[in-house]
Amino acid sequence: MRRDVFQAIADPTRREIINLVAFNPLNLNAIAEKFDISRPAVSQQIKILAECGLIAIQKRGRERYCTADLKQLSEVSDWIEKYRQLWEEKFSRLDSLLSKMENEPDE
Amino acid sequence: MATKNETSIKAEPGKQELFITREFEAPRNRVFKAFTTPELILQWLGPCNLKMRIDKFDAKAGGSYRYIHTDPAGNDYGFHGVVHEVLAPERIIQTFEFEGLPEAGHVTLETSRFEELPDGRTRVTIQSVFQSVTDRDGMIQAGMEYGVRESHDKLEELLQKGI
Repeated sequence: MRRDVFQAIADPTRREIINLVAFNPLNLNAIAEKFDISRPAVSQQIKILAECGLIAIQKRGRERYCTADLKQLSEVSDWIEKYRQLWEEKFSRLDSLLSKMENEPDE
Repeated sequence: MATKNETSIKAEPGKQELFITREFEAPRNRVFKAFTTPELILQWLGPCNLKMRIDKFDAKAGGSYRYIHTDPAGNDYGFHGVVHEVLAPERIIQTFEFEGLPEAGHVTLETSRFEELPDGRTRVTIQSVFQSVTDRDGMIQAGMEYGVRESHDKLEELLQKGI
């Protein structure tokens, strides 16, 4: 399975977990309480998020706390630039096509 | 063309929508035709390192479309949607779904607007409305992955050939 931001946010439970811990760190029990699924299932999703680098698990005494590491998510402007380049490439090809169509009659 | 027209992407943080805007050195009828004619779409919409084929493209209200990108390894990436409105040469409204997501049902509503500008130019604005902010951000990120895989050299090569 891929382990990247996209994989991390592809699942609704994982998205919900990120939302929960985005502003304050929570321990596993507190997170599990918010879901109808089993604690091991929540635990598994947290593990995936940790592997994707979106959640850091810190030990505080006996508890393990989950903290969101949103550096990847907050690099949205960087994403947008790449996304823009993707469209720029398509539109450059469209430019060429449109100038080729110039010789054909418009309907 | 003296100056290159820039593509602008507006995606405000925390919103479920994004806007793609670009101007073209061609009259609106022609641009609209390039957006709605399958043989023409094939020539520009696919990422340049992927093969693109169109299953169906019925550009009218109540019609539907599906196209597939195939990478060099033979993996297929399908996209489909239904057409809500085609108001030539002003507006197209359709749904859009990428079939490669881990779960189905993440659909966007796309409105493409074609604006006439002086001197036979056209401004196109595509508004995509997502079901959630995470859907939108995930989609932008997927675009980034595609973008990174795109080879700029390949694009230059194609452009020099004058596709």
